[in-house]
Amino acid sequence: MNPRRFFLQQAGAGIGLLAYAALAHSDSSKPLALRQPHFTPKAKRVVFLCMRGAPSHVDTFDYKPKLAAASGKDGLSPGTKLLASPWKFVPQGTSGLPISELFPHLSERADDLCLINSMHTDVPAHPQAFINLHTGNAQFVRPSLGAWTLYGLGTVNENLPGFVTIAPPTLFGGAQNYGSAFLPAIYQGTRLGVDSRPITNARLRNIQPPVSVDAQRSEIELVQALNREKLNRDVYNPELVGAIESYELAFRMQSDMPKVMALSDESQSTLDAYGIAQGSPTEDFGRKCLLARRMIEAGVRFVELTHSDWDHHFRISQDLPATCQAVDLPIAALLDDLKSRGLLDDTLVVWSGEFGRTPHSQGADGRDHNNKGFTAWMAGGGVKGGYRYGATDELGYEAVEDKMHIHDFHATILHLLGLDHERLTYRYAGRDFRLTDVKGNVARKLLA
Amino acid sequence: MKKIALLIALLLATAVYAQDRLQQQKLQAGFTLFDGDKDRLLSEKEFKALGEYSPKLKGKPQVVEYLFEKLDLNHDRTLSLQEYLGLSAIDAEQIKASEESQIPYEAPTVKEAAISDDQLLFFERRIRPILVEKCYSCHSGNSESIQGGLVLDTRAGIRRGGNSGPGIVPGNPSMSLVIEAIRFDNSDIQMPPEKSGGRLSEAVISDFEQWVRMGAPDPRDGQAQSVESEWDTEQAKSHWAFQPIVRSALPKLDDETWPKSDIDRYILSGLEAKGVSPNRDASPVALLRRLYFDLIGLPPDIDETSAFLEAYAKDGQSAIGSLVDRLLASPHFGERWGRHWLDVARYAESTGKDVNCLLPQAWRYRDYVIESFNQDKPIDDFLREQIAGDLLPAENERDRARKQIATGFLALGPRGLNERNPRQYALDAADEQIDTVTQAVLGLTVACARCHDHKFDPIPQRDYYALAGIFLSTETCYGTAATFQNIHPSELIDLPKNCGLPRMPKMLSTQQRDALTKELTKIERYGTLQFYGTALKAKISGQGLNVNNDPQKLVMFVGINAKIGEIKAELARYEADGTQKLTAIGVRDYPPTPARRLPTKPRSVPEAFELATGRPDQFRSINDSPLFGRGDVDKPGEKVKRGFLSLIPVKHSTISPNESGRRELSEWLVSIENPLTSRVFANRVWRWLFGSGIVESVDNFGTTGQAPSNQALLDHLALRLQENGWSLKSLIKEIVLSRSYQLASTYRPTNFELDPANALIWRMSPRRLDAECIRDAMLAISGRLQRTPPLGSIVAEQGDGGIGGYPIKSLRAPLSDELFLAADSDYRSVYLPLPRNAIPDSLTVFDFSEPTSVNGKREVTTVPSQALYLLNSEFVATAARLFAERLLRVEPEHRIEMAFQLSFARSPTENERKAVKQYFSDNPNRSSEIDAWTGLCRALMGSAEFRSID
Repeated sequence: MNPRRFFLQQAGAGIGLLAYAALAHSDSSKPLALRQPHFTPKAKRVVFLCMRGAPSHVDTFDYKPKLAAASGKDGLSPGTKLLASPWKFVPQGTSGLPISELFPHLSERADDLCLINSMHTDVPAHPQAFINLHTGNAQFVRPSLGAWTLYGLGTVNENLPGFVTIAPPTLFGGAQNYGSAFLPAIYQGTRLGVDSRPITNARLRNIQPPVSVDAQRSEIELVQALNREKLNRDVYNPELVGAIESYELAFRMQSDMPKVMALSDESQSTLDAYGIAQGSPTEDFGRKCLLARRMIEAGVRFVELTHSDWDHHFRISQDLPATCQAVDLPIAALLDDLKSRGLLDDTLVVWSGEFGRTPHSQGADGRDHNNKGFTAWMAGGGVKGGYRYGATDELGYEAVEDKMHIHDFHATILHLLGLDHERLTYRYAGRDFRLTDVKGNVARKLLA
Repeated sequence: MKKIALLIALLLATAVYAQDRLQQQKLQAGFTLFDGDKDRLLSEKEFKALGEYSPKLKGKPQVVEYLFEKLDLNHDRTLSLQEYLGLSAIDAEQIKASEESQIPYEAPTVKEAAISDDQLLFFERRIRPILVEKCYSCHSGNSESIQGGLVLDTRAGIRRGGNSGPGIVPGNPSMSLVIEAIRFDNSDIQMPPEKSGGRLSEAVISDFEQWVRMGAPDPRDGQAQSVESEWDTEQAKSHWAFQPIVRSALPKLDDETWPKSDIDRYILSGLEAKGVSPNRDASPVALLRRLYFDLIGLPPDIDETSAFLEAYAKDGQSAIGSLVDRLLASPHFGERWGRHWLDVARYAESTGKDVNCLLPQAWRYRDYVIESFNQDKPIDDFLREQIAGDLLPAENERDRARKQIATGFLALGPRGLNERNPRQYALDAADEQIDTVTQAVLGLTVACARCHDHKFDPIPQRDYYALAGIFLSTETCYGTAATFQNIHPSELIDLPKNCGLPRMPKMLSTQQRDALTKELTKIERYGTLQFYGTALKAKISGQGLNVNNDPQKLVMFVGINAKIGEIKAELARYEADGTQKLTAIGVRDYPPTPARRLPTKPRSVPEAFELATGRPDQFRSINDSPLFGRGDVDKPGEKVKRGFLSLIPVKHSTISPNESGRRELSEWLVSIENPLTSRVFANRVWRWLFGSGIVESVDNFGTTGQAPSNQALLDHLALRLQENGWSLKSLIKEIVLSRSYQLASTYRPTNFELDPANALIWRMSPRRLDAECIRDAMLAISGRLQRTPPLGSIVAEQGDGGIGGYPIKSLRAPLSDELFLAADSDYRSVYLPLPRNAIPDSLTVFDFSEPTSVNGKREVTTVPSQALYLLNSEFVATAARLFAERLLRVEPEHRIEMAFQLSFARSPTENERKAVKQYFSDNPNRSSEIDAWTGLCRALMGSAEFRSID
């Protein structure tokens, strides 16, 4: 029978559920199979540099000369005083993008960066905003950006997970931030390490065989002989065929995954470029960035890596430079490395925190939460380099020009991946869900 | 501009014959031009518009349609560039053939005067992009909710306009409401709204005016979607599930000898109608495994297998009957079936979401569910107790305690403990309860009516707030420590002192108590000092006390408050003698008038916090809820009398002004006149025994759910459930003793062709076991299974703090999720710890139910991580070794037989014996007997048959 006709015949019962049933059915054995995007993508994969804690935008990527002039005057909140950034902003590259001196290495790659100065989000509280950044909805449990991406595009390397998250926090929503919620479980991110421990200690679960490869192979041969015997009895059993395949995939994955994770086969010059030297401030994030590059190269669709130390309420004059230093060189090295391998053209690199900080001071030496305006940036696949998109007001309190809400941010990322955020839907509990709910506009101006 | 138009005409004239690269480029240009909404896809509409500009295709809609079908390779009703470029490969012959084919020609419904090329370009360049970008999100057929009944995505739609009148009057801008709206002249209609960027630029507005003046040329054919701003009440009310349950006459059958029960008559009648013959009966071994796993979730032991086969050989039916009775009476029945309900109840042992605090008393609810199923508590009572157990009469203290624990159902949902807006928090919590109760019991998504009338089901927003009043009049007690980020800790339910329920063993020593008390005094003193210092300063400065004005102080106060709260909660957990108090999570009614109001003049840090974050006074007593406009907590409207869904008018006692109304709600739910509750429950039971429901969307019986595959059967089961005093065991027995349940799972191509999903039940569908069954089977076979239940839960030993723990200002060392992810024990899987976001790997790897919301239907995936778990995990390795040791204790010649009997309840086949032999000769560890046998056992447990039932 013509499957489409069968489908249409059943449609009276509730077209949505049937569509879902058909999808679930056709995809159940290969939910990770490569899928056509909605239109030609500019980027095929994503590295999401997640800066948890809310980086101060006015000290990093949002140059506010008026703030310097108004320093010490009353802030917008009662009883607060404006605080000029103590760090200089100098126009960088041929584009003249102003970047804080806290990022000397990234400044040299200014012409690759597309700053988004007009980010805003709903709530100035870490957990909600962090979840919102990842799933677009802090109120309900929804699939994460990475899970949606994998659902939309599938994976190109079935020997590896399609979505890996490196050192995510266990708080602030925890697994929800890389979860699949109502999407099939396979789209969930594979976690590598946690934010509270050095990444060098991280291990993947169940990846280490308890016996030698040969012994394991003979076990697998026996499993497969039993499975084939069952398949002969059952005659037709697609799940069993899937199980047979997945054993072989797992066998390959357990050799591939540790290979991807083994930084030991990188040259000393590469390790140096990423700042990976024992005890150096860049060691940990350098490892994360290098891992990300290796995974991207090996065909992982979505890699997220977190740096969790941006919540600078108190000693911003000391702590912010330290955090910037920890990520500056590694990220610059990652961009260079992707570029030299020809991967930057179709890899989207995204840098963002969950919100920004106030232009006024908190206490003598800190800045408070600010959800009304902050900065993210993108580089690579399909975005304009050396470009400043949107703006906050002259002090940096609030996004005023080309405002980009988290929904717009998500819509734009999906767009770059060739996915229409309004059409990337999943039927659940009687309605079609989207990452962007009923909102989201693609920021077309920043598209290359 | 003329030039471009000419070019298009030219390229389209040759498009279908395009061969070379240049022509491909031209084709591509056409694609870009007609891709009006710039989504890099040509919709059918866009493609048709393109067709209208090709001399070859103009006026031949059937050819254009044919081409579209032909090109749309992935059948998504749009053409990607790649698909579209397929044009160059379609030759003239094909087109000609299609012209002659029998496709009926339908005239376009909206005829329009020809649009000139210039006009078209004007529209495509200046008008359409603005409409798409600024208007379509609220005013197109694809919008989530169409605003003002206005759609702007077709010519017909924009001209017809919406609720206020015609959108565009061609040639007359001042009569066109769209123009009026975008000019912002009329303060009542100003479009686009702020969220879409606000007022358009002058240049754009003048483009629109010019366009209307030139006659609003618009190529967008198609019917404007008829827009219903509300659901069609009458039609939705006639939906099958809302009709009374019907007792239908038993169907007449061709083959009267086949059925063993009424269930079989309904099944066979469906099969005969479609000309499908049922499979033969299952083999006794297949049936044995099926019954064991379905009823108790464990495999049969060797003795049990042989005893059953012996009895079966004598008298099959009596052997099956006594086996079923024995399994239903087993205490393991409740562990298996209770777990099914725990999926529905979104049972978990932490609050999830932002702070994820543990719920160390949740296990009492788990045990209550298991006990209820083992006792075959009538399902109507079971539901009553979970919603209103605290309000029902009790026989004695133990019964009182059980009924209080039952209401844990309402308290164990996920909650955002860091929510800053106390009113929002209260309403979200009630929303979660409404969502859970209505989905679990009624199969309705009532929570969709929080912000507006339900879009698909006849549930007005008023009904939602009638229910909300009931839950807002209810105090939910779930505990949780006042950690740094938890701003909504609550009390717990104190259980009756002499209820005889067990306590967790951990005690508080006198020294510990003294240390805590000392710490508390110290921090309270410090807090008071800080508080008055701040208050004094505020008084002097004249600003008034508001910690929010002093962020530095706020952080300090949060810390002080958390520590005070934490210590007080810790001390409150123990009796004077140091034993743990008997507490539970659950609900109780608020008093008719608030017992206590929020402090107005705080005198300490905790009071200052209570003022800022405490539950608003209006939600601290029995009270009706206002209808919150669009679900917005800041838009309370008129109050809605507490009540139930008007969809199901059931005679019931009116809600007492002194009670929340939960008691009456539970009566309404289980009333005989309510057509949903028994249907929904019977359907769940069917799903848990057959792998798919009679209604496949088990949690959604609304109009967006699926229709029943056999409604007569469903109604029969629902009636049987009611008639047998809502006895679950009776219902299960009736089903599993039917011939339909006992069918072989054998694949038969002819039947499969007719009914691949097995909706008619021509066979038993082969099924993958649940995560718990797989793990429990490994424990059982390796001889490791501890069959007596444990006391409490691993979670109960960890206190009530957050997982991860906030790195500062906490009494406790941060609690790692690793403890739960890697949790292991000898007990059955139902007793594993289940904090949200930290469910043990051994469960999640095989598609355990995600406890965020009601789930009557687990997914089944087949992914490599499962194979990795079976190959490499420590749990499987241990089980395999113990299994191997068990085998090595018997005579060598019996080992293989025993291994297969334990794993699959059958002997090995010849091929399998060969494969085992091959394994032993290939395995490099053959020198070590235990290692080699461990590998063999791991392979048996990793085989697909081990985790499936036929």
